[in-house]
Amino acid sequence: MQPFSGLALLLRGLTGQKGWRPQWRNAEPKKSYDALIIGGGGHGLGAAYYLAAEHGFTNIAVLEKGWIGGGNTGRNTTIIRSNYLFDESAALYDHAVKMWGDLSQVLNYNVMFSPRGVMMLAHTVHDMQVFKRHVYANRASGVDNEWLTPEEAKAFCPPLNIGDIRYPVIGAALQRRGGTARHDAVAWGYARAADALGVDIIENCEVTGILKDPSGRVAGVETTRGTIHAPRIGVSAAGNTSVVMKLAGVHLPLESYPLQALVSEPVKPCFPCVVMSNTIHAYISQSDKGELVIGAGTDAYTSYTQRGGLHITSHALEAICELFPMFRRMKMLRSWGGIVDVTPDRSPIIGKTPVPGLYVNCGWGTGGFKATPGSAHVFAWTIARDEPHPINAPFTLERFRDGNLIDEAAAAAVAH
Amino acid sequence: MLLINCPYCGERPEPEFVYGGQAHIARPAQPAGVEAQDWADYLYRRDNVRGVHAERWRHTRGCGRFFNALRDTTTDHFLATYKVGEPRPAAGGTR
Repeated sequence: MQPFSGLALLLRGLTGQKGWRPQWRNAEPKKSYDALIIGGGGHGLGAAYYLAAEHGFTNIAVLEKGWIGGGNTGRNTTIIRSNYLFDESAALYDHAVKMWGDLSQVLNYNVMFSPRGVMMLAHTVHDMQVFKRHVYANRASGVDNEWLTPEEAKAFCPPLNIGDIRYPVIGAALQRRGGTARHDAVAWGYARAADALGVDIIENCEVTGILKDPSGRVAGVETTRGTIHAPRIGVSAAGNTSVVMKLAGVHLPLESYPLQALVSEPVKPCFPCVVMSNTIHAYISQSDKGELVIGAGTDAYTSYTQRGGLHITSHALEAICELFPMFRRMKMLRSWGGIVDVTPDRSPIIGKTPVPGLYVNCGWGTGGFKATPGSAHVFAWTIARDEPHPINAPFTLERFRDGNLIDEAAAAAVAH
Repeated sequence: MLLINCPYCGERPEPEFVYGGQAHIARPAQPAGVEAQDWADYLYRRDNVRGVHAERWRHTRGCGRFFNALRDTTTDHFLATYKVGEPRPAAGGTR
């Protein structure tokens, strides 16, 4: 791996920035590995990296049916926060927020983590009660979250219109450690670091079957690039997890929905933080390139099309125009959809499955990007040790049978 | 935005409808006698098909009635809509 640094950039600058090599090898699939990860997004690439870096699994591969980071890792609004209601969730997401802090140094890749603060607006008495409950619950479990008056919210985010709208802002919950990161860099950084430790990253390789040995244990996969044997397989396939897991005869409590986002034309820095409104439903921040990054809600129906209805994005823009009148004449440049796998309680499933040797990390729904490092870290632990890390131990598949739901759906009442 | 053919009212735009999830899920006749896993499957497990999906819709801002539809989740094209109680049409249908 060629290390990145200011000095390396300067020295290559003297020779016209020539001599940079591809950041990871274009690996050919081998006949067998010690472990496979299905899904080359941030969660899967990260799991491969931690398997190699922390658990000594270097003879492993990541199988991606398209190109790495081309799924939800490249399609989200890059919001990072950990102000979830329940202790189990706050611990999981805060594990990730702590890892975001030095991820650029760990990977020697600038993921542009920017803890600029995430502010969630309250528009109704119900919102206010729910958010205050979140604030107190978070503080009790050591996660920062604070309540702001409308004037304090306006001071934190001057473009915000707190008064003259259909649903006035009556307060806000602010997590100052929350923020954004560069989504593509997360995939590329993990891929490069994993590759340097010997992990094969195999793109354009769709899994078409999962093999089991006579005892029922997982034995490998059939792919569009041939059969690959491995005694451990981790599935991290986001919206297509149901499809992959059905190949192994495992039916999961997941439904896949389109979730849309859009960006504006780039403008000079004008928006200092991340603002979310669950009630009138829109998310917004400004990327380092200057685009406003705007998140909409999910479409109503299950789909695998990676696109959604225009009325969904229109609705989000109406909310943005109400909350931030200065953006009313902005032009939107691009919109797109990702397919998100949603569980009944809106909490992920990370752990073992009924098939020995087969592990799953799914159900991140509309909020998986923020958890990428923490999710990848505990999933690698689970695969390497055949038992969950204490942080992901509550996020089992069996919780739906046993009634131990981690019901962030009820806690947030909307997609989040 | 989808154009949905309500079996009672004809084609109407998607915002008139509410999605009702997977169709043809029967509630166990004797819930008290059902094993925990089977009850969890009834409550939570959905086929989440990548392909032709039988699903419920309700024409909330029209006739108010529930009906079923076959839709290809890889294209979002509706293959058929049919009334509650009618059997699922053979997949394929007309586009």
